[in-house]
Amino acid sequence: MSAADTPEPLVSVEDIHTYYGKSHILDGVSLRVGAGEVVGLLGRNGVGKSTTLKTIMGLVSPERGRIVFAGKSIEGLPAHQLARLGIGYVPEDRRIFRLLTVMENLRTGLDRHGVTEARKRELLDKVFAYFPVLAERRNQAGGTLSGGEQQMLAIARAMMLEPKIILLDEPTEGLMPRMVSQIRQIIDALHRDGVAILLVEQNVPLTLEASARVYIMEKGAVRHHAAASDLKVGDAVIQQYLGV
Amino acid sequence: MSKRYPLVFWTGFAVVMALLIVAPLVLPEFWRRFVTEILIWGLLAMSSDILIGYTGMVSFGHSAFFGLGMYGAAAALLTVKPPNLWLAIAYGLVGAAGVALFVAYFSTRLRDIYFAITTLIFSQIFYVIIFTWTEVTGGENGLTFSRPRLTIPGLYSEPFDSTTLHWFVLAVVTASYLVLRRITRSPFGMVLQSIRENEPRTRAIGYAVERYKIVAVMLSGLFAGLAGVLYAIQNRFAAPDFVYFLVSGETVIFNVMGGIGTLVGPIVGAGFFLLLRETFSRFFTEYYLIPVGIIFIAMVIFMPQGLLGFARRWLNR
Amino acid sequence: MDAVVAFLEAIPYDQILIQTVNGIVTGMILALVASGLTLIFGIMDVVNFAHGELFMLGAYMGVIVLANTGSFWVALLLATITVALIGAALQVTTLRPLIGRDPLTTILATFGISLVLQNYALWAFGPVARKIQEPFTGHFTLFYLEYPWYRLFIAGLSAAIIGAFWLFLKYGKYGIWIRATTQDRVMAQAMGIPVPWVYTFVFAIGAGMAAASGVLFGPLVGVNHTMGLDWVLKAFIVVVVGGMGNLGGSIAASIFISLLEAYASIWVSPAQAVIVSFVVLVLTLLFRPTGLFVPTPK
Repeated sequence: MSAADTPEPLVSVEDIHTYYGKSHILDGVSLRVGAGEVVGLLGRNGVGKSTTLKTIMGLVSPERGRIVFAGKSIEGLPAHQLARLGIGYVPEDRRIFRLLTVMENLRTGLDRHGVTEARKRELLDKVFAYFPVLAERRNQAGGTLSGGEQQMLAIARAMMLEPKIILLDEPTEGLMPRMVSQIRQIIDALHRDGVAILLVEQNVPLTLEASARVYIMEKGAVRHHAAASDLKVGDAVIQQYLGV
Repeated sequence: MSKRYPLVFWTGFAVVMALLIVAPLVLPEFWRRFVTEILIWGLLAMSSDILIGYTGMVSFGHSAFFGLGMYGAAAALLTVKPPNLWLAIAYGLVGAAGVALFVAYFSTRLRDIYFAITTLIFSQIFYVIIFTWTEVTGGENGLTFSRPRLTIPGLYSEPFDSTTLHWFVLAVVTASYLVLRRITRSPFGMVLQSIRENEPRTRAIGYAVERYKIVAVMLSGLFAGLAGVLYAIQNRFAAPDFVYFLVSGETVIFNVMGGIGTLVGPIVGAGFFLLLRETFSRFFTEYYLIPVGIIFIAMVIFMPQGLLGFARRWLNR
Repeated sequence: MDAVVAFLEAIPYDQILIQTVNGIVTGMILALVASGLTLIFGIMDVVNFAHGELFMLGAYMGVIVLANTGSFWVALLLATITVALIGAALQVTTLRPLIGRDPLTTILATFGISLVLQNYALWAFGPVARKIQEPFTGHFTLFYLEYPWYRLFIAGLSAAIIGAFWLFLKYGKYGIWIRATTQDRVMAQAMGIPVPWVYTFVFAIGAGMAAASGVLFGPLVGVNHTMGLDWVLKAFIVVVVGGMGNLGGSIAASIFISLLEAYASIWVSPAQAVIVSFVVLVLTLLFRPTGLFVPTPK
C-alpha cells in the first residue's frame, strides 16, 4: 500500500540515518505524511520514534538521508527556521516553559514576524476555545499547572505557530483516561482544521482510531506500514512489534 | 601499532634528550637560557595538565603554586646561610604544598566553572597578600638573592654556570616527566581520567572521588612549586608578578596549545608560545600578545586538541 | 559601662556615613558591570573573561568621543552602542562556533580576547592614563566633606539602567524570548526563537552595560588599559557570591561587598581592603556555595 496516492506528501522522510555519538539510532527511516493527514508511528520504547521526530524538527542532524517539507529539502536546517516554516513540535514530557505564565508560553509562538494583532487575537481565541482551562489560568506560571493542563499548553503553544504539521510525541503518556479522550478530540479537531499530525504513541487503540495510516518501527527503521483500518489491536503484526 | 608504540616513543624520547643535553654546548647564551626557560615553564604546564587534562578540573590557580614555590625557595636562600640548593627545594615544595592543601579542600566542593573562577581568585588573594606584606615578601619589588651552589652531599660542590644549571633543570624536569608519566599510566591515573570522563559514574562505581581529586591537586601543586623553585634559582629573584593570575592564564594557554592530557603537549605548548613571543617581539615589541592572542583564540576554535593532537591525527593518516 | 560608652564614642560615625554613601555608589557601578556578566553566564553559559576589557574599551570610547564632541552624554551613548556592537561581533566570530562544546573552551576564548583587547588598548592609546571630565561638578556638604553630586548621579543612573533592563526582560517581547531561551534552549528553538541571535543580543547587552559603567566610572579614576582587570575580578566574586545567573543576587552582593570594603578602608589601606571581598567569597563557598542571596535550594 502506498501513501504516494497523495499528489505530493507534505513531509517525506527518506532513508534517514541518525547517530548519537557512536550509536546508530536511526538506521534508514523512511515515511511520509500527506497534507492534513493523521499518521501514527508505533513501536516499543527505544526504537527511535522520538529521535525520528527530533530529526524532522531539526533538533538532531541526520548523518545521511533527506527530509522534504512542502517541496523543500530541510535536513540540516536549524529548528527555529523549521518552526517558522510550519512544523510544530510537542515533545515527550511536554517541556513547557515552567517559569513563564501560560500567556507568555503562548506568546513565544505568537510573536512572529508578519502576524497582525487581529490574527493574534483570533489564534488566542481559537486556542482558548479548544482549551478553556488555559484561558482561566492564563496568568499562572506554567510550572503550577497539572500534568494534563501542561499537555494542553504544550499543544496550544505549538498551534500558535499556525503549523502545517504537528509532531506529537506520546501526548497521552501519564494522563488519566478522561484526559486521554480529550487529547483524542483535539487530534480530531486539528485534523478538521487541515493540520497534518505525525503521532508517536504507545497507546495502540487510540492511534489506530485517530490515524489514517500507521507505521511501525523497530530497531531504528520502519518495519511495517498499513492503513489504520486494516489493523486491529489483537493482530499478529501488532503482537510481533509491540508485544501488546 | 601498540607494539611499535613504545619503541617509537622511547626512540623519540632519546633523540629529544640528546638534543637538550647538547643544546647548551652549541647554543649562544641567550638561546641557552631560552631553552632552560622553556623547560621550567613546561614543567609548570605539565603539572597543570594533571588537573586539566587528566582529572578534568580547569585551574587558574597555578600561579599561586608556582609563586609559593618561588618565594619558598627565596625564603630558604635568604634565611639560611650558606644558601643550600636542597633546602630551597624543600622550602619551596612545602610552600606550594600548603597552598595546594588549601585549594584541594575547595576542589572537592566545587565543580567546573566555579572551581576555575575560585582558583583564579585564590591566586589573586595570594598576590594581594604578597604584594602588600612588604616586610616579609618585599612587596612590589620582590626579593633578590644569590644562586646556591650545586651540591651533591659528599661528592660535588660547584657554583652553577648556565650549562650545568641547564642540565640540572633538564634532569629535574625529565625526572618529573617520567614520574608523572608513570603516575598517569597507573591505576590511579586511570581513575583520574575516568573522573574526567564521567564523574558521577566513577563515584557510582565506588571510587572515593574526593580523595582522588585532593591527591591530584596536591600532585599538581607540588610539581608547579618545583617549577617555581627552579625559576627562582635560575633568575635569582622572586616577584609578585608571577603570582598574578595572568601567569595561570598563560599556563592554561600552554596546555591548550600543546594538547591537554598528553603531558608532553604542555611542554611543546610552552615552547611554541615562547617562540611565538620571541618572534613577534621582534616586530611588535611589547604588543606581541595581540597576534599571539589571536593565534591562541584561533587554536581554541579550530585546533582544540592542540599541536600534539593535531600532529597525532596527521601522523595517523 | 564606661568602656561601652568609650567604645561607642570612638566609632567614627561621620566616616561610616561617608563610606556608606561611597559603598553604595561603587556598589551600583559594580552591580552594573556584574549584571552584564551574570546575564551572559545565566543565559548563555559563558564565563566572559573579557568583560573587564569591554568596560575598559567603553571608557576609552568615552574619552575619544568626549574629546571630539565635548558632550559627556553623547560619549556615554556612543560608547555603549559601539562596544555593544563590538561585543556582538566578538560573539559571532569567536563564541558562536563554540556553542555546544566544553564550557572550558569559552573561558579560554574569552581569556584570549581579553589579552588581545588589553594589549590593543595599550598599543592604540599608550600607557599613560586618560581622564574623562565629569559632565557636571557641584558638591553638597556631607559632614566635613564636599561630596560630589556626580557620584550620587552615577549610582542612580546605574540603578535606572538595571531597572530598565529588568522591565524589558519581564514585559518586552524579546524579553520573553530571552527568558524562554534561558529556561529551555531546545524548546525555544522549536518555537521559532532564533536562539543563536538571542545569544548575540544578550552578549551585546552585557557588553553595552559594561561599557556604560566604564564611561560613568571614568571620571572617578584614570582610564588606562589595565582598569578592566581589577573590575573583572571583583565582578566575578560578586557573581559567585550573588549566585551565578541570579540578577537580583549580584546586585545585592555588589552593594554588600562594596559597603564592607568601604567600611574596611576606614581602617586599612584600599589595597588591603580588597581582602574583604576575598574573605566574603571564601565564606560563601564554605557555607552557601550556591550564593549568599539565593534562597536555599529545597
